[in-house]
Amino acid sequence: MDSEKKDIREWYQTAFADFENTLNGGASLPFHAVRKKAIARFAELGFPSTRNEDWKYTNVAPLLKHQFQPVTEAPDIAAESLAPFLFKGLDADRLVFVNGVYSEALSSVSNLPDGIILDTLENAFTTHAETVTQALGKTVSYEDETFSALNTAFARTGVFLSVPAGVVLERPLYILHVSKTDGREFLAAPRNLFLFGDNSQARLVEGHYNLDGGTSFKNSVTEISVGAGALVEHIRIQDESKEAFHFATTQVEQATGSNYTSVAIDLGGTLVRNNLNVHLAEERCEAHLIGFYFGSGRQLIDNHTMIDHAVPNCESNELYKGILDDRAHGVFNGKVMVRPDAQKTNAFQQNQAILLSDDAHIDSKPQLEIFADDVKCSHGATVGELDDESLFYLRARGIGEQEAHAMLRLAFARDIFNYIKIDAVRERLEELVVERFNNKA
Amino acid sequence: MLSIKNLHVSVEDTEILKGVNLEVKPGEIHAIMGPNGSGKSTFANVLAGREEYEVTDGEVTYLGQDLLDMAPEERAREGVFLAFQYPVEIPGVSTSHFMKTALNAIREHRGEEQLDAMQFLKLAREKMQLIEMDEKFLHRSVNDGFSGGEKKRNEIFQMAVLEPKLAILDETDSGLDIDALRIVANGVNKLRSSDNAFIVVTHYQRLLNYIVPDYVHVLVDGRIVESGDKNLALRLEEQGYDWVKDNDAVTA
Ligand SMILES: Nc1ncnc2c1ncn2[C@@H]1O[C@H](COP(=O)(O)OP(=O)(O)OP(=O)(O)O)[C@@H](O)[C@H]1O
Ligand SMILES: [Mg+2]
Repeated sequence: MDSEKKDIREWYQTAFADFENTLNGGASLPFHAVRKKAIARFAELGFPSTRNEDWKYTNVAPLLKHQFQPVTEAPDIAAESLAPFLFKGLDADRLVFVNGVYSEALSSVSNLPDGIILDTLENAFTTHAETVTQALGKTVSYEDETFSALNTAFARTGVFLSVPAGVVLERPLYILHVSKTDGREFLAAPRNLFLFGDNSQARLVEGHYNLDGGTSFKNSVTEISVGAGALVEHIRIQDESKEAFHFATTQVEQATGSNYTSVAIDLGGTLVRNNLNVHLAEERCEAHLIGFYFGSGRQLIDNHTMIDHAVPNCESNELYKGILDDRAHGVFNGKVMVRPDAQKTNAFQQNQAILLSDDAHIDSKPQLEIFADDVKCSHGATVGELDDESLFYLRARGIGEQEAHAMLRLAFARDIFNYIKIDAVRERLEELVVERFNNKA
Repeated sequence: MLSIKNLHVSVEDTEILKGVNLEVKPGEIHAIMGPNGSGKSTFANVLAGREEYEVTDGEVTYLGQDLLDMAPEERAREGVFLAFQYPVEIPGVSTSHFMKTALNAIREHRGEEQLDAMQFLKLAREKMQLIEMDEKFLHRSVNDGFSGGEKKRNEIFQMAVLEPKLAILDETDSGLDIDALRIVANGVNKLRSSDNAFIVVTHYQRLLNYIVPDYVHVLVDGRIVESGDKNLALRLEEQGYDWVKDNDAVTA
């Protein structure tokens, strides 16, 4: 093992000792024992190399060059500075985290329907100790994987949401993470737990933004349980600074007849790794995994998805699209597991990329492991360029070259955005990506 | 308005236009006829600024400017319009957004105020009515899944919105039924004035019954081999192209 890796591993172990001292009462709660086991496990696992099949295309070496400090307090930021991240006209409950630390002052939550629990994980450790202890870490284990271990070790807060059976959240819940580094390279480890009761309905919007362009390391884990017949839409927007390291694991468990949609939009970050795993544990589930990413400069954006068809009669639909410019690098690894029992599975996967420069590239790996025989599975991957004929058609009508480019790129992403049913969010996002396209056209 | 001298154009090292000369004055309608593959679309596309076509010789002056030196969008903003023989389908871009963006780019160039969504919609609806197109096409993606005839009408709709000075119609009549043909011709005739000009590429006399040309030119193998008035089109309809094929190039 090279010395840099060893040193940085020791760095996080030392940082953990300091972090413990800042937890005060938190260190005496049962979860702290889990943190300790997690840091020990992290020390055993170490950071993955590209020899590890799961990290074949994504070299984490740049991450290891930094000594990130676990966040204990967040800087004050003015409410107005959130304006660019609020979707005009969006009527939502809002929880705001600054550098991973909850900000009550910036958050606003209305009267929620009876029985809903919405709190920070930090509070929930004491107020809903039993539920949290039971559910947290049930689906994402620190045992198996380095970044989950590191998250568990440094998990201090995040969102705890529990929606009782039959309850419909009328307003979307917006979880807004902003970071402001002030030159301090920080580590944040948001840990979220979302429990959706049977036949409940909810829309989540998760946003990750940066205010000052600094370097940070966000390593989050989100566990989602979708009860029988529940309907959940989960929109995730990642527009961190171009210096940010963004690692996110989302694990979804679906019960009978539930419907979960994830729409993941990645625009920022220097090194981005999203793991999205969906376990279709009971029959007649539907899962939609939708994603769009735009990378420029030397960005690396890696989407790893895993859909586990464990039982018969479920349907999964996956569509990821990316546009890569300059020397940007995209990775799409889409694993679909159809277990022997999972007859009558419908699994559709499509991954499309447009490369705008000769130095941009995509590694695309569909991984279908099908052990049942009566199934409908399809996958496809395409890599292309913007269509010259279309470009000429737009320009021949007077539309400038740059704007024509942006229109065609947005058109390519259109079917992804159409999965976002909240108009205010979709419209703002479309504007945002066009702004990004035009900065770099 | 448009002056073309000795235009030579190649695609992938094959010479397609071999010295075309043409003078177009405001208010005129020129028809260009000729057999398949003779270079009519190449000619039309070069005027609109398509980059795959390499101009190897000759010059084109449009309203006193060197047209060949201008980007496609600059030409459009200066009033050049090409109705494509094969309009492109662009899924994901709505016709209304496309046309609003185009019109506002042209208006900006002319120093006119931008139209907002409401103002544009009002204008677009009027133009849709003019060519008897259902408003729903405004909300559909550009040409996406349109029938051949709908695509051609959409070209005329765009022309009606953008009000060009020089419109080049490349076989806009092909694939149209009699009603559509009349509607398209009406669209052209509504726009017609003493200030603007048309170049109409067609294989058939029937469009020229509605849009009466001042001049008819025959393009064969990259050269204009015969020019005349509207009676030339009638003769071509009756006798085909064989009798002109061996003519030398003429200066139109
Ligand atoms: N992009 C291209 N690449 C290669 N060859 C081309 C290209 N465009 C046109 N050509 C060739 O140039 C010649 C002229 O084509 P053009 O489309 O201009 O003919 P046309 O007169 O419009 O024919 P039609 O009546 O069938 O529309 C043809 O031989 C055609 O194959
Ligand atoms: Mg043609």
